[in-house]
Amino acid sequence: MLYVAIATRAFRRYSTYRAATIAGIFTNSVFGVIYSYAYLALWDENPTAGGYDATDAVTYVWLGQALLMTIALWGGGTTDDLAERIRTGDVAIDLYRPVGLVGWYLASDLGRAAYHFLTRGIGPTVIGLVVFDIRLPAGPAAAAGFAVSLVLAVVVSFTIRFLVASSAFWLLDQSGVKVMSGAFAIFFSGMMLPLVLFPGWLGTLANALPWASYIQVPADIWLGKHTGGDLLAALGFQVFWIVVLLGCCHAVLRAATRKVVVQGG
Amino acid sequence: MSLIDVRDLERTFVVRRKVDGGRRRVRDEVRAVHDLTFAIEPGEMVGYIGPNGAGKSTTIKMLTGILVPTGGHLRVAGLDPSRDRVALARRIGVVFGQRTTLWWDLPLRDSFELLQKMYRIPPARFRANLERFVELLDLRDQLDTPVRQLSLGQRMRGDITAALLHDPEILYLDEPTIGLDVVSKGRLREFLRALNAERGTTLVLTTHDLQDIEALCDRVLVIDHGTAVFDGPLPALQAQGGSTRTLVVDLVDEAPAIEVPGAVVRRVEGPRQWLSFPAEASAAPIVAAVAASYDVADLSIQEPDIEEVIRDLYSRGGV
Ligand SMILES: Nc1ncnc2c1ncn2[C@@H]1O[C@H](COP(=O)(O)OP(=O)(O)OP(=O)(O)O)[C@@H](O)[C@H]1O
Ligand SMILES: [Mg+2]
Repeated sequence: MLYVAIATRAFRRYSTYRAATIAGIFTNSVFGVIYSYAYLALWDENPTAGGYDATDAVTYVWLGQALLMTIALWGGGTTDDLAERIRTGDVAIDLYRPVGLVGWYLASDLGRAAYHFLTRGIGPTVIGLVVFDIRLPAGPAAAAGFAVSLVLAVVVSFTIRFLVASSAFWLLDQSGVKVMSGAFAIFFSGMMLPLVLFPGWLGTLANALPWASYIQVPADIWLGKHTGGDLLAALGFQVFWIVVLLGCCHAVLRAATRKVVVQGG
Repeated sequence: MSLIDVRDLERTFVVRRKVDGGRRRVRDEVRAVHDLTFAIEPGEMVGYIGPNGAGKSTTIKMLTGILVPTGGHLRVAGLDPSRDRVALARRIGVVFGQRTTLWWDLPLRDSFELLQKMYRIPPARFRANLERFVELLDLRDQLDTPVRQLSLGQRMRGDITAALLHDPEILYLDEPTIGLDVVSKGRLREFLRALNAERGTTLVLTTHDLQDIEALCDRVLVIDHGTAVFDGPLPALQAQGGSTRTLVVDLVDEAPAIEVPGAVVRRVEGPRQWLSFPAEASAAPIVAAVAASYDVADLSIQEPDIEEVIRDLYSRGGV
């Protein structure tokens, strides 16, 4: 199938950057260790902060490090290729191919995510497991739920990155928007601080925004905070954002196509 | 109905321009193509030429459906390109010399395989085509090289292969020989000629290299300022400007413009002067007259060449 072929090519392409992968795993591990000690100090003060115990907190840190590249938290991934093709005008050629751009880049990004999960995801996790006391999924439901949630997290992140890249149709360059979107993602995904620690209305807001799907939702499923109907609701939250954001991607792409094809760029 | 049917085609662009040092913005209309009419039949090889900014690329974009015309009638293989872009994409191939359809980070072979899936090319057909194009275009050693590591000429050959894998009826080439060395150009032309002869592929090619036209095209369409100024066979185009020949005179010393009956000086550069005279007239009396009144070091006669004809056409703005 075409989409499988696209995903495999992307996987293979990323796998050629070996040195970068190893350096990345190292960096993720170092940050994992630093964050772990910081969180341990925090939970030493307040052992039930946000409803997490210290083991939950440290597990959360390593999940965050593992997910960071898999979901391409800072932006980038295969959508950078799209932004580049928009900038150079090559995208006009893509538009006349018998395959949609959203599906094309999504397949490609899933291939990339699979590679980053197997390397930058599992690599640091092994280090974390060896050095710290980390919680494993509560049971098969949590494990399966996490796997599904992880894929959904990649898709949510993809849609936002696709929208960011599409800004290049109007701005010529995505980098300004990308930096801004990356800042939002770091803050509202719970990468810096778990969203469970966000107070009052800020917590409510953060938990309703799409970025919550990036780390908070999959981590809570892993930690067994969502079970039964609650777990389905958590996955439903991610699906909701995918539907909304994919709709936006298609709408933006339609407008962009109009701009290129009707107005002439 | 013709394979490509263009009638009164028009494309204007709206551009916003800053004036008064950026304080005011005005809306301008650029007429990139207008009143363009031509028809192309299956199996033709048509050279589409014109000076920079004449509207060649704009026309090709409309023919492929990636740009919507602002007026006129346009059908390619019976389809409206911009409305049936995807259906048409399966029947045409496009090579933009300045752009690439290949995937930058993937080996050439992977790009081809993705295209096979995308266009649902039957495996046997795909293998046969790939085998043939790789052989003819001498790409075998590059198949496993990532596209970003290919030289310009290799990339171009890769792009041409990519455009042909799905057996298109029409191949559009927008400056396919740009940046290629003489050998590569020659090989590419040979390949395109063979393609047309064997498969009857219709070729529409824009170029600034008139040798491409001489080598490939039975028919030339000249466009200038957005509209066709000549449409016909190459010999007819040559005959157009064939009205004058040029006598190049090298004098011993610099002199003011030579005055002899039957010829006029077109250019003076130091001791060298260019005189033009009617092609059907004999050069002998003019040469004799020049030699009688001036100290001549050397003489030569230039037949009208196509480049000059076209330069002439452009400067006159039409036939
Ligand atoms: N998207 C656009 N917006 C505004 N003007 C445009 C646009 N595309 C082309 N033009 C204008 O239309 C005219 C025709 O351009 P086109 O690219 O078709 O020329 P061309 O014949 O291909 O030239 P070249 O030989 O330099 O490639 C030019 O004046 C160009 O500036
Ligand atoms: Mg052009």
